[in-house]
Amino acid sequence: MDLFIAIFTGTMIAATPLLFAALGELIVEKSGVLNLGIEGMMLIGAAIAFWLSFNGYSLGIAFIGGALAGMITAGIFAVVALSLLANQYAAGLALAIFGSGVSAMIGTGFGSTPVETLRPIDIPVLSDIWLLGPLLFKFDVLVYLAIALVPATAWWLNHTKSGLVLRTVGESPQTAHAIGYNAIRIRYAAVLYGGAMAGLAGAYMSVAYTAIWVEGMTAGRGWIALSLVVFASWRPYRVLAGAILFGGMTILQLHGQILGLPLPSEVLSAAPYIAAIVVLVMISQNRSRMRLDVPASLAKPFRADG
Amino acid sequence: MQLRIEPRVTTSIVIQGLAPIIAVTMTLVLGGILFAAMGYPPLETLWAFFIEPISTIYGASELLVKAVPLVIIATGLAIGFRANIWNIGAEGQLTIGAIAATGIGLYFPDQQAVYLLALMFLAGCLGGLFWAGIAAYLRARFHTSEILVTLMLTYIAALILSWLVRGPWRDPAGFNFPQTALLPPAGLIDPIDFAYRVTGSVYFAIFALIAMWFFVARSFQGYKLAVGGAAPRAARYAGFSEKSAIWIGLLTGGAAAGIAGFFEVAGPLGQLSPIISPGYGFAAIIVAFIGRLHPVGILLGGLFLALIYLGGESVQLGYGIPAPITRVFQGLLLFFLLASEFAVSHRIVRVKEAH
Repeated sequence: MDLFIAIFTGTMIAATPLLFAALGELIVEKSGVLNLGIEGMMLIGAAIAFWLSFNGYSLGIAFIGGALAGMITAGIFAVVALSLLANQYAAGLALAIFGSGVSAMIGTGFGSTPVETLRPIDIPVLSDIWLLGPLLFKFDVLVYLAIALVPATAWWLNHTKSGLVLRTVGESPQTAHAIGYNAIRIRYAAVLYGGAMAGLAGAYMSVAYTAIWVEGMTAGRGWIALSLVVFASWRPYRVLAGAILFGGMTILQLHGQILGLPLPSEVLSAAPYIAAIVVLVMISQNRSRMRLDVPASLAKPFRADG
Repeated sequence: MQLRIEPRVTTSIVIQGLAPIIAVTMTLVLGGILFAAMGYPPLETLWAFFIEPISTIYGASELLVKAVPLVIIATGLAIGFRANIWNIGAEGQLTIGAIAATGIGLYFPDQQAVYLLALMFLAGCLGGLFWAGIAAYLRARFHTSEILVTLMLTYIAALILSWLVRGPWRDPAGFNFPQTALLPPAGLIDPIDFAYRVTGSVYFAIFALIAMWFFVARSFQGYKLAVGGAAPRAARYAGFSEKSAIWIGLLTGGAAAGIAGFFEVAGPLGQLSPIISPGYGFAAIIVAFIGRLHPVGILLGGLFLALIYLGGESVQLGYGIPAPITRVFQGLLLFFLLASEFAVSHRIVRVKEAH
C-alpha cells in the first residue's frame, strides 16, 4: 500500500512540470505559433529559480523569477519569429541551444549544494483521511495549481470570447486581422504566456523536484511536453492524461531501479523517450483526424499588411 | 510622408550573403557587451575568443579538427532542410555511427585487416542511416513528426552509448573508467602530420561539399527536393514523390552524421566514452543555416562554428569563463542570422499619403 501511494504521488509530482510546460505550449500553438524552444526556457527558468533560492530568496520569489525568466527568453523568440517573420522551427532551435548554454553558465557556481525545497501542504482534516489523505491531500501547492490549470485552460479556450479570438488567430490570422484584432499582438501574448509556464515548469524541476542543480537537468522534458501537445490533439484534458502517463513512466523507472529489476538502468531511462515515439506514431497515423485538430496556421508566419 | 517596411521583390547574391555577415558582426558586438557585463575586458576577451585560438599552426589544425564533423553533417542536413525535412537529431545519428564503427573496429575477427577502416566507415555510415531511417519510416508511413522523433532518438542514442561503455563494451583493462578499449592501430586514422591532430577526414569534408554542390545544383533529384521544400503543391502536381523526399532528406543527414561519428572515433577520440561529441549534431544545424544551405556558405559557417568551440575553450582556460559560453554564442548567432534575414529581405520605402 505504501508503495502504491509512493508511486501515485510520485507520478503526480513528476507530471507537474510537464503539465505547466505543455499547457503553456498548447496556448502558444493554439495561436498558430510553434515554439520548439521549451527545453531552453525550462532550463533558464530552472537556473534562475535555483539561483534565487541559492541566494536566500523565498521560494515564492524563486518561482516568480523562474517564470519571468522563461517569459523574457520567450520574448527573444517572439521578436525573431513574430516581428521578423523568421522560420519558427529555426528560431525555436536557437532558443533551445541558447537556453541550455545560458542555464549551464548560470549553474557553474552552484556546485552540488542543495537548496530548500517546496514543502507539501498538509490540508487539515482532509489529509488525515485513510488512504485518500496521503493520496490526494498532501501535495505541494504547485501540484494543485497545475491540475487546476487544466479545466481553467479548457474553459478559457472554449467558453470565453478571448479564447475564441486566440483560436481564430491560430486558424486564420488573416480573418482575425480583417475583423479588427491585432493578430501579432495576440500571438506575442500567447508566446510570453507559454514562456512563463515553461519557466515555471523549470523552476519546479530545480527547487521543488530535485533541489540540486545538475546541468541540463530537464533532460528532454521540454521536448516531451512538445510531444504531449501533439499527443493530446491540442486538448487540455488529454494533456493531463499524457502528463500522468509520462510522469508515471519516470516514477516506475525510479522504482524499477530501486527494486532491482534485472535490466540496465539505461533501458528504464529510455522508456519515456520510446513511449513518446510510440504515442506520436499512434496519434499521427490517422492523418485526416490530425488535420482537423492541428491549428491551421501553425508555424506559418503572418504579416499584417502583406 | 510615411515610412513602410515591405518585402523586397528581387534579391541578389550580395544581399543573400549579407545576412550571415551581419549576424556574425552582431554576435561579436553582443559578445563583447556580454564579456564587459561579466566584468572581463571586452576587447581582450574577444581577441582571446576569436583570434588567439587560430594564431598558431596547431590552433589552425584544431580548427579543422572541429570544422570537419560540422561541415560533413551540415552538408547532409542542408539537403533535408532544402526539402523542408527537419532532422534535428544528427547528434544521435552521429552517436550511433560512432558506436557501429567502434563495434566493428573492436570486434572484427581480423584486427590487422587493411580494410578494417573501410569496414568501420561503412558501419558508421549504416549506423547513421539506420537511426535516421527510423524517423524517415515513421514519417513516411505514419506521418509522425520527424522533429520530435529524431530528437527522442538522440536521447535514446546517448543512453545506448552510456550502457555500452559502462557495461558490455567497457575496457577490462581500463581501471573501471566508463570507456571502451582503444581501437586497434588498423582501425585508427593517422594524423596528416603527427605534430597535429587533423586527419585525412578533411579531404572527405571537401568531397562532401563538392558532392552536395553536384546534388543540389546539377541533379534532377536535388531539384525535385528543392521544389518540394519551396512549393509543396507544385511538387505534387509535377508528380514528385513526397515520400522519397522524406527518405532522401532524412537519410542524407543520417549518413553524413554517421560518417562524422566514424571519423571522430577513428580519429581524435580513438575510443568511446559517455560523451563523444560537444554537440556537433546541433551546431551543424546552425552551420547549415548560416551557410544558407549552400556548400560555400557551409564551409565558411563550419569554420566559424568551429572557431566558437575553440574560443570557448580558450576563454575558459585564459579567463575562467564557463565553457557553456559556446552554446550561448551558438544560439545568439542563429537568432541574429534569422533577424538579419528579415533585414536583407525587406526594404524601407516611403509611402505618400493618400489624398
